[in-house]
Amino acid sequence: MVTESDNIVAETAARIFADLADPQTVNKARDDSWKDKLWRALEEAGLTLAWVPEKQGGAGASLADGFAILSVAGRFALPVPLAETLIAGWLLARAAIKAPSGAMTVAPARPRDRIVLNADGTLSGSAVGIPFARDTQHIAALATGDKGASIALVKTADCRVGQSENLAGDASDVVTFERVKPIRSAPAPFDVSGLMLMGAAVRSVQSAGALQTILSLSVAYANERVAFERPIGKFQAVQQNLARLAGETAAALAAAGSAANTIVHSDAFDDTVFLEAASAKIRTGEASAEGSAIAHQVFGAIGFTNEHVLHRFTLRLLSWRDDFDSESHWAAALGELVAKRGANQFWPTLAAR
Amino acid sequence: MSTELNFDQIRLPPECDKLRAQVRAFLAEEVDAGTFLPDRPGHGDSHNRAFSERVGAKGWIGMTWPKKYGGHERTFLERFVVTEEFRVANAPVRLHFVADRQSGPILLKYAPEHIKQDILPRICRGELCFVIGMSEPGSGSDLFAAKTKATKVAGGWKINGSKIWTSNAHVADYMLGLFRTSPPTKENRRHGLTQFLVDMKAPGITVNPIIQMTGQHDFNEVVFDDAFMTDDHVLGEIDGAWKQATSELAYERSGPERFLETYYVLGELVRALGSAPDQRSAEGLGRLVAQLHTLRRMSVSVAGMLQTGKEPVVESSIVKDLGTVWEQKLPERVRELSAFLEPESGNRVTLDEQLAFAFKVAPKLTIQGGTTEILRGIIARGLGLR
Repeated sequence: MVTESDNIVAETAARIFADLADPQTVNKARDDSWKDKLWRALEEAGLTLAWVPEKQGGAGASLADGFAILSVAGRFALPVPLAETLIAGWLLARAAIKAPSGAMTVAPARPRDRIVLNADGTLSGSAVGIPFARDTQHIAALATGDKGASIALVKTADCRVGQSENLAGDASDVVTFERVKPIRSAPAPFDVSGLMLMGAAVRSVQSAGALQTILSLSVAYANERVAFERPIGKFQAVQQNLARLAGETAAALAAAGSAANTIVHSDAFDDTVFLEAASAKIRTGEASAEGSAIAHQVFGAIGFTNEHVLHRFTLRLLSWRDDFDSESHWAAALGELVAKRGANQFWPTLAAR
Repeated sequence: MSTELNFDQIRLPPECDKLRAQVRAFLAEEVDAGTFLPDRPGHGDSHNRAFSERVGAKGWIGMTWPKKYGGHERTFLERFVVTEEFRVANAPVRLHFVADRQSGPILLKYAPEHIKQDILPRICRGELCFVIGMSEPGSGSDLFAAKTKATKVAGGWKINGSKIWTSNAHVADYMLGLFRTSPPTKENRRHGLTQFLVDMKAPGITVNPIIQMTGQHDFNEVVFDDAFMTDDHVLGEIDGAWKQATSELAYERSGPERFLETYYVLGELVRALGSAPDQRSAEGLGRLVAQLHTLRRMSVSVAGMLQTGKEPVVESSIVKDLGTVWEQKLPERVRELSAFLEPESGNRVTLDEQLAFAFKVAPKLTIQGGTTEILRGIIARGLGLR
């Protein structure tokens, strides 16, 4: 379950974020020194390797706990590679590869990018939009070779990292593997689609968290800001907009929560996981666009300034739509699956659970 | 009041699978027997007494109610399954559905014991049709402006005035009506209304039909001319109906009927697109599937939360807001996505007929049972804005 109240791990995460990654403080920071402090605290609490089993050097938290951490991270629009390190640790554990300490990310982050495991054991290929690549020490890659899919751990320093940023200014780099020798590699239990589904679920959970925050911020602001001698939240036009923002937030929470919960209870990345994770990525992507626009409308000019925190959430919401494939790509794939199964299977598929 | 939204992760338990199979088998038999046409929404009589009685005999009306009133003490999730299967099949449930969804639960809570024992078992058997008497010519969304009067007389009340947009009134056995028993007070304009159980066969009640733009007849005007109701037909507190009206709406607002009303055009679109649609159609279809899946997960979640005794008022209002806006827009999306299909596609005629009906039905979906504007006001209140 992605609920915070009964989850000690998520409460720990929330406390650390509140102390060391408060959006207001972070927004005013003149340099990145706060990131080191935050990362050390996260590592000490075992949160960065939450999804790595204890015998492989991790915290051995459950999948559910990890999703709960990420939901809280989304609420803070956390600009450090915590989600990426979690997924990387999870991916390495699938191949029983011991996770290193420090920040990690995963590649590819788009299903059409191919990383090839050559016969000599080296990796070739290129992957775009790799979140936080330049800020990490290691990359967990999913590569394809003659013998199927493999999971490989490589040093980021061994790769060529072409710098690029997403809308929010977070690193979203192009990583090129030029016959990179991995530290270790081992067969993967799924192909690149498994990584995409996990990534989609993770980004959906983060996005739902961020939407929950912009809803709270927007309602609080509407109750404070006075115009025409009334708090603007008393105007029906504003109320209707905020109700729509609540609707989009609710849809994102429900879809993301359902996808995460499905992965928690599944043994494999089957069609059920696909329906859930694809739907979550599509619907949270739509909610991110609608919701961000409404929040900005409520805040007016102040929300458009660099000094206000709103953009920390809205720009990440818009950017996260592209990671692990956009809602357009997921929708086309979901539509193709539904069409292939045919009209008679359509309702039974939807109503199966 | 809070901006924290919560949707518990609810999966339908295994007993629901068995029930679903039974419901599908029953509906297939009814289709075979010619009771209704699943592909032709809007055709045939949506009030079918014999069908409702067969549904009642299956135990699928009043499913969650106590056994001593003819109910079956099953879960909200089981009721959810029955409701969605009937809706997707376009089964004619109008005769019993209002009673099952809202009138029965209100009677359970507020009716005197002898009335409960008399009426609830008959609802469960599919024998009774209910109509809701809220709107008047001068009061629609503004419920508390109702003027139709109930005046105290010896042994009961005399009702005078009229109710409008009353779906089912022409076939209904009973109405749950909201009538003015006192003027509103300065402090509380919602004061002075009382909820009554009205026997539609009582003298002094006239039902005048109103035909809708679909050509169908659900709406009516109900005129009361000294219609007499005995004292035991008062439901709950005299002058205090406003306290009752707001609390038990969660199950009325968030059921699968709030997003599946035009589902048939989506099912038919999947048939029309075939097994290998082009990219534009596939993407459009995929988005609709994701949106519907999300609505359904939200609705299942609310049903599950109701089962555990929670009152997810904001969440259920959100389901209805998102759901009705979605089902209203669905025919437009299906029209766009089917625009480039070959005219001779196998089911083109069926799809076009369904779209024609759906476009005519669409406007009412965001009006009935609380307009979008009213719902968003309720959501805003829940968020702490009013």
